[in-house]
Amino acid sequence: METKKTYERPLIKPLNTGLMNKFGTRTDYATFPDIDGAPVADLLEKYGSPLFVYSENTIRKNFVDAKRTFETRYPKVQFAWSYKTCYLNAVCNIYHSEGSWGEVVSRFEYDKAIQNGVKPANIIFNGPHKSDDDLRMASKNGSLIHIDHFDELYKLHEIASELNIKPRVAIRVNMDVGIYPKWDRFGFNYENGQAWEAINKIIANGKLELVGLHTHIGTYIMVTSAYALAAKKMADLALSIKRQFNKTITYIDMGGGFASKNTLKGAYYPGTDTIPDISEYAEAITSTLLNAGFPHDELPYLYMETGRALIDNAGFMAGTVIANKRLSDGRSATIVDFGVNTLFTSFWYDHRVTHVEELGVHTEDTVLYGPLCMNIDVIRENIALPALRPGNHLVVHYVGAYNVTQSMQFISFRPAVVLIDTNGKPHLIRQQENLDIVQSHEVLPDYLNNK
Amino acid sequence: MVLKKNIAVSDNGFLFNPTTGDSYSLNATGIEFLKLLQKGKQNDEIIAEISAEFEIDTITVEKDLNDFKSTLVRLKLAE
Ligand SMILES: Cc1ncc(COP(=O)(O)O)c(C=O)c1O
Repeated sequence: METKKTYERPLIKPLNTGLMNKFGTRTDYATFPDIDGAPVADLLEKYGSPLFVYSENTIRKNFVDAKRTFETRYPKVQFAWSYKTCYLNAVCNIYHSEGSWGEVVSRFEYDKAIQNGVKPANIIFNGPHKSDDDLRMASKNGSLIHIDHFDELYKLHEIASELNIKPRVAIRVNMDVGIYPKWDRFGFNYENGQAWEAINKIIANGKLELVGLHTHIGTYIMVTSAYALAAKKMADLALSIKRQFNKTITYIDMGGGFASKNTLKGAYYPGTDTIPDISEYAEAITSTLLNAGFPHDELPYLYMETGRALIDNAGFMAGTVIANKRLSDGRSATIVDFGVNTLFTSFWYDHRVTHVEELGVHTEDTVLYGPLCMNIDVIRENIALPALRPGNHLVVHYVGAYNVTQSMQFISFRPAVVLIDTNGKPHLIRQQENLDIVQSHEVLPDYLNNK
Repeated sequence: MVLKKNIAVSDNGFLFNPTTGDSYSLNATGIEFLKLLQKGKQNDEIIAEISAEFEIDTITVEKDLNDFKSTLVRLKLAE
């Protein structure tokens, strides 16, 4: 039988001689058929499209590498997994199995960490909103309560008297580290003396056990010197506490905030070329702490709450092309079945998108739209992709941080999530939503029931 | 739709419009479509020839042909 030629959508593309592609390189022409050996098309067939896919290999590798990077520079390091970055239990348990504690910012996350088997003493409780009940429970449990404001500090004094226990606390410190935006809404300010005042109050009152100092200077911080400055100010506070009160602080918690290698919108160069390596952040922090003047036997523990940088590249969104269309100005547009309600980082990043099937080498600049009937639903404003056809599959890269936790049920159901284990075997770790799940919390008053 | 007379397309998909000095690149299917249009073939003939030559259904070819033709008009390679 005569075999026919492979068909591809006909493309014609103006050649702008003299006008180089922004990066001087071609976009991803290579196909991306599998994730850790699991064929993407099979995953979509089995678990539905779109689909979040996590790589256990990458999660573990990220963690082991980061841990080694810090531990080869500093003797006492402890990571705490930042739950809000991705609190799927399967994902949290991978980090916990590697020795990570839990860092939570709500009771819901706290309870999740407990259910995941984290020892209460190994839970760091951050955030501006902890209810009285939360504070009581965390105090009794001996968790590390990071105080955000004076109201919380006074409340803890009351709770300590009421329960006759000594809660283990740290204060969250905000500071100017030369970056914008300055995150001064969380914790006590360093420069205006508020942080020192809070420390004084805690120590003078004596009802709380001040065990640490915490800061989190922001997220997606691309300047490592900001961490050196922050570490310096934290070390100064700890040394002042020692000098003034002869009290040794157990730990300095430097929070999270390392950038992942995503490309920010409007950035001239891709994130893979510009984002500092984790070792550069580690060097800035650890060399500052080591040189701060702590007596050798009083070096504080270094706690890290790294989120994004440990998970972003381990998460993928796989989906399907629904249709191609032409916009009024002639631009090509492609509609895919995943939208900004599940991939909200599309608002920040020019996500890398690759195709699953083998397609031609000719590309077309296209707008990638999600499936929502909403103007804002744009995954990429402009991306060079081969001639896609309805039914072709795509993979969006570096979506592991914040997308699952912040995804919204909106217009369509939220997708399933699968984890590819270290042997390449997929495991369903979150079911796709359905009508029953979405409506399970709705209550229809009898008088409105028209059935 | 009528293709401009003087445009030239090479076998490797390089298209030159001497009137404007603009050049374009085409993929393999694009070359086939353009050559059939240059021969003055009608839509149904093109659809039949393409679907006979390539592994593809006629509806897809029809959609793609319409889009391709409107793109040629937009690029002022046809009117
Ligand atoms: C207190 C705290 N720690 C850690 C993190 C994790 O930050 P990132 O994902 O930027 O590393 C956050 C996130 O904003 C945070 O608020």
